[in-house]
Amino acid sequence: MKALTANRLIDGEVVWLGRAGQWVETLDVARLLENAEAIAEAEALGIEAVAQRLIVEPYLIDLRREDNEIVPVRFRERIRAKGPTTRLDLGKQARREVSAA
Amino acid sequence: MYRYDEFDAHFVSARVEQFRDQVRRRLAGDLTEDQFKPLRLMNGVYLQLHAYMLRIAIPYGTLDARQMRRLAHIARTYDRGYGHFTTRQNIQFNWPRLKDIPDILEQLAEVEMHAIQTSGNCIRNVTADHFSGAAADEIVDPRPYAEILRQWSSLHPEFSFLPRKFKIAVTGAPHDRAAVQVHDIGLQAVRGADGNIGFTVFVGGGLGRTPMVGRKVRDFLPEEDLLAYSEAILRVYNRYGRRDNKYKARIKILVHETGLETLKADIEREFEEIRGGVLDLPQAEIDRIVGYFAPPELDAGADDEAFERAVAADPALAAFAECNVHAHHGAGHASITISLKPVGKAPGDATAEQMEVVADLAERYGHNEIRVSHEQNLVLPHVRKSDIPAVFAVLVGAGLGDANAGLVTDIIACPGMDYCALATARSIPVAQRISERFASLQRQRDIGDLKIKISGCINACGHHHVGHIGILGVEKKGEEYYQITLGGSADENTSVGEIIGRGFSYDEIVDAIEKVVDTYVDLRSDPAEDFLAAYRRVGDAPFKEALYGSA
Repeated sequence: MKALTANRLIDGEVVWLGRAGQWVETLDVARLLENAEAIAEAEALGIEAVAQRLIVEPYLIDLRREDNEIVPVRFRERIRAKGPTTRLDLGKQARREVSAA
Repeated sequence: MYRYDEFDAHFVSARVEQFRDQVRRRLAGDLTEDQFKPLRLMNGVYLQLHAYMLRIAIPYGTLDARQMRRLAHIARTYDRGYGHFTTRQNIQFNWPRLKDIPDILEQLAEVEMHAIQTSGNCIRNVTADHFSGAAADEIVDPRPYAEILRQWSSLHPEFSFLPRKFKIAVTGAPHDRAAVQVHDIGLQAVRGADGNIGFTVFVGGGLGRTPMVGRKVRDFLPEEDLLAYSEAILRVYNRYGRRDNKYKARIKILVHETGLETLKADIEREFEEIRGGVLDLPQAEIDRIVGYFAPPELDAGADDEAFERAVAADPALAAFAECNVHAHHGAGHASITISLKPVGKAPGDATAEQMEVVADLAERYGHNEIRVSHEQNLVLPHVRKSDIPAVFAVLVGAGLGDANAGLVTDIIACPGMDYCALATARSIPVAQRISERFASLQRQRDIGDLKIKISGCINACGHHHVGHIGILGVEKKGEEYYQITLGGSADENTSVGEIIGRGFSYDEIVDAIEKVVDTYVDLRSDPAEDFLAAYRRVGDAPFKEALYGSA
């Protein structure tokens, strides 16, 4: 299982390709890519979003299911999805909707 | 302090406008990311793990209260209320939005600051001893030479596309506090037999994946030859430095592959071509730049008496005096280290409020001067000793009063995987946990001088190779793993630490460090023998035994 991630061009915000093709700010609403076809489609959308100047440097990340939660396999991507481990008041983890989830 | 002349002011504000236009063109689609990336890097803008990062130059680590307040303002207005002081005397903001960065740069330009030469394959912001112009042991203030090198290197047409980045550091004291021997060029000011100033020149030092101690290429370079000789070194590097492999592109690799004698001959040959030309430094120009760095008018009546009475009455102040107060050339004066290493906090981070407190102190007690040290602390270089109790009280109130300068909790750490896109492991929480383990000031003082330096990847921004105890975080099978090196040093007796053995997990590393420290305390010949001296005396065997048991 994968997702496509990038940074938003205008402000650098970490984003993932969302279910409806928009770029979302939290991983829990990212589009889950379960097969080669879905991956190819996501990558095409990534290239398009780069051309439209929405995002920069899109790349695929591996995900896995962990206690009913979808989490990135790599620790680096887990930090990216949440924020600095040393500053829980910063990054996405500091948002109310994320901490409530 | 250096003040911008018309040329500098125009150069910096023109660069802001140029970058504003580049951002506009990028957002409008006239520039691709591939085209824009080198342009943003020329202005200190990186894309990191969570956001863009802006690295702002603090040339030779010197700034005043107005500039510090402006940094606080930027932290509050455009970032998340704090900044991170780095191991190259710069400051980084971790959360700026690309669209805001032209405004940030404009605000910086108003106070004679910028982000030029903080990134890219150019001659980077020149660093200097953080006690420059103040230290009791100083031969000469190195900052005028750093500024002269800055003027020579900014927009130097020949050296704007070097094989790789190029770092220069200058110290004006025999005790090297600027780590000059781990720079591409390290300059150590010396006084010649005739009383004139010159430099001992080291070339090819560096850390990263291939740590090397700089090799001496000149015992005494007369000051008037500083630029001509630097240009000769850069020309040789620019011509022969490898461009086929970025990991072999630094001048240290060229020194290593070419051999010191051949390279020295190349440099001297180039120097013969250049010398006696436009790059000869005229004395009048040296004097003009030195004038900008004239020492402040110190209170001639200042003495140590009131300070010594206060120290005798207050153990906390006495501890601060012992570690954070440094000998000044002026009677009754001292330089003060403001520790950005409070126990449990991120090394080098300061909040906007703390920056303002430091700015206020500098204005009120410190002749309006502040320094950033490569050890990620701040310094008030010129303080009357009788004012130190008042300064200390304010620092304590602001959470900046830790009396740990040079002790085991005064840890250098790179941002690591909590912020950095290149990192392979976290650094900051390792530093925090070590400082919590050694939180007792009594214990820290008993351990004595000890430099722990932590990097979150092999690029070594945390200078782990030259830590008395170095910690390198790597990724191994998806887990963070930490290698320990012992015996490194970045002073006038620079050495690269040696890996002691297999690494430790994130959970194990603090216990391992404590074992190393306890082993040292048990084996030192007397409390005055510091960690490095003890390690150099006994070697690694007792530490191996403590960490891994007998094989």
